[in-house]
Amino acid sequence: MNQHPVMVFIEQTANIIAPVSLELISEATKLAAKLQTKVIGCALGHNLKNELNVLAHYGCEQIIYTDDARLAHFTSVPYAKTIVKIIQKYQPQVVLFGATTIGRDVAPRVASELKCGLTADCTSLEIGDYKSKDKTWTNALLQIRPAFGGNIVATIVSPESFPSMATVREGVMKLNTPDTKKHAEIINEPCALSTNDFLTEIIEVVKKEKAVDLKGARIIVGAGMGAATAQGMKNVRELAKVLGAEIAASRPVVDGGHFVKDHQVGQTGLTVRPNLYIACGISGQIQHCAGMSESMRIIAINNDPKAPIFGVAHYGIVGDLNEVLPRMIKAYKAKV
Amino acid sequence: MGIKMIVTVKQVPDTHNVSANAMKPDGTVNRAILPTIFNPEDLNALEEALKIKDALGGTVTCITMGPPKAADVLKECLFRGADDVILVSDRRFAGADTLATSYALKSTIEKIGAYDLIFCGRQAIDGDTAQVGPQIAEKLKINQLCNASEVVAVDEKSITIKRLTEYGNETLKSKFPCLVTVTAEANDPRAPSAKRVMRYKKIASLKTQNYGEAYLENNSQIPHIKEWDVDTIGADPVQCGLSGSPTKVKEIQTVVLKAGEIKQISNNESEITALVHQLINEHILG
Repeated sequence: MNQHPVMVFIEQTANIIAPVSLELISEATKLAAKLQTKVIGCALGHNLKNELNVLAHYGCEQIIYTDDARLAHFTSVPYAKTIVKIIQKYQPQVVLFGATTIGRDVAPRVASELKCGLTADCTSLEIGDYKSKDKTWTNALLQIRPAFGGNIVATIVSPESFPSMATVREGVMKLNTPDTKKHAEIINEPCALSTNDFLTEIIEVVKKEKAVDLKGARIIVGAGMGAATAQGMKNVRELAKVLGAEIAASRPVVDGGHFVKDHQVGQTGLTVRPNLYIACGISGQIQHCAGMSESMRIIAINNDPKAPIFGVAHYGIVGDLNEVLPRMIKAYKAKV
Repeated sequence: MGIKMIVTVKQVPDTHNVSANAMKPDGTVNRAILPTIFNPEDLNALEEALKIKDALGGTVTCITMGPPKAADVLKECLFRGADDVILVSDRRFAGADTLATSYALKSTIEKIGAYDLIFCGRQAIDGDTAQVGPQIAEKLKINQLCNASEVVAVDEKSITIKRLTEYGNETLKSKFPCLVTVTAEANDPRAPSAKRVMRYKKIASLKTQNYGEAYLENNSQIPHIKEWDVDTIGADPVQCGLSGSPTKVKEIQTVVLKAGEIKQISNNESEITALVHQLINEHILG
C-alpha cells in the first residue's frame, strides 16, 4: 500500500461536520483506490471526537484530530499552521478542502506555506498522466475546473508539488452509501500553537436559518430577469406552490432584491441537482448554468429563441412565461 | 498619522459580459477581443481603503502585477483618490499562477516598506480562485480576514469586519498589520472625480528603481506611474512566472453553448399539457 494517503480536511461549525467533507471523503475513496492508498481526515476543533465516527462510514480510515478550546471556531492562522504541521507529518499526496468560507480562507494559506499547487473550485478530479516536454508523470491528480468566468474548462496539474491540493464546492461530488459498520482510527495530534498565533478576535457569530433549502429540493423553479415583473413573480410563485417546488433565482434577480441570497443558484451561489429545474425567463449565462446544468431534467422557458439556456435544457419552450406558466399550472391541476 | 494602506488591483478581461460579438461561429469565446476592465471586487477593495482615508486620514498605494497596459487600472485608482500607484511588470512574470503572483506582490509590498492594512478584492473574474490575497498574507506572515462583506470599524490599531458564512454571519477583529479581502457586497465604489481625472489623465509609466515618500503629502501630485521589474522588487526570478508556478495547465476546453438534443415544446395548451402529464407519469412531478 502506498504510504502517501489522500487527505480530506474535515470542516466543522459548532461541532457539526460540514456536508461537503463527507462528499470529499466519498470522492477521496475513489482517488485512493486508483492510487492504491487510503483516505485520512484532518480535523480541528474542541470536544469534536464523538462526531468523527461518521467519517468512517463514508470511507475514512484514519482521522488526525487536534483538539484545543481555541480551535473550536475557525480562524485563519491557527488552522493553517496546524494543518501544515499535520501535512508535513503524515505526508499525503493529495489534500482536499471544501470550497467553503473556511476552505477558501485556509487552503490558500496552507498551500502558500508548503509552496504547493492549489486548484480552486474543482468540478471533477481524476488520476491520470501528465506529459511535459520529455518528462511524464503518472498518477497525477487532474484537477478540472471552470475559469474565465466559466467560459472555459481547464484541467490543472501540479506534477512537482507534494501534496497536490484542491478545493471542491458542496454538491459537486456524490456521497458514498454509508456503511455504519465501519470504524476509523482517531489519532490525537496535540496543538502546537502559541498565543502569538491567535490573531483574529471573534466578536460575534450569528446563526441564521436559511430562507430556503434548495439543496434538498426535488423540484426547483428558477426565476430569471425575464420573470422579474410583478406578474412574472406571481406566476413563478404560483407554479412553485402548485408543484411543491422551491424557488431559485439568478444572480441579477437576487441583486435586484427580489429574493435573498439563499435563493441564488450559479457560480457565486449554490450548485443544485434537482430532479426537475424549470428555468423561467433565465437567459442562461454560463455563471448561472454552472449551478444547475446537472439537474436531471431542465425545462427552459424564454421569449428569446437564441437564449443560451436552451443549450443546457432538455425541453425548450419559446414564449412568454406569463402564458406558459399558467398553462403548466392548469395541466398539473388537471391530473394531480 | 493616519493609516498606511496598500491595495492590490488587477486588470482582467470582461468575462461576465460575453456579448454576441465575442462569440466565434463555433460557439466558443474569443478571449483575445474581450475588453479589459478593472476587476470588480478590486474596486470594492479600493473603496474600503478610500473610505478609511476619508475618515481617519492616511495614504493609499495601489499596486498591480501585469503587462504595461495594466497601468490603465492604476490610472483609475488615481482618478478615485489613490495617493500613489506602482506597476510591477516584467516578461519573467508571464505564466504565473497564484503562488508566483503572490510572491511577486509580497516582494513589492516589502519594497514599499511600512503598511498597516492591505486590501484585496476577494477574487478576480478570470482566475476565479480567491487565492492571491491569503497567499500574500501568508508570505508576509500577517493575519488575514477574508470575504469581508462589511468593514464595521477601523481605528489606528485595528480593523473589524463582518462576513457571511454558510450558517449566517460572523464579526471578526484583527490588529494591524492585516490583509483583508473584500467582496462585492461591501460597498458601491465611488466614481472618478473630475478634478483627479484632469490631473492624471495623461500620466505615463516610468521604469525606475526608486521609491520615496517625500511627495506623499496631501493633494500633492505624483509625476509618473512607477514601473518596477523583477530586479527592482528584489525577487528571485525562479520563483516568478511559469517557473515559480506549481500548477500547470494540462488542457483547456472551451465551453460550447449550442443546442443539444433539446425537445422543442410549442407554446400552446396541448403540447404543454402533454409535457406536464409525461413528467407526472415519470414521477418527476407529482
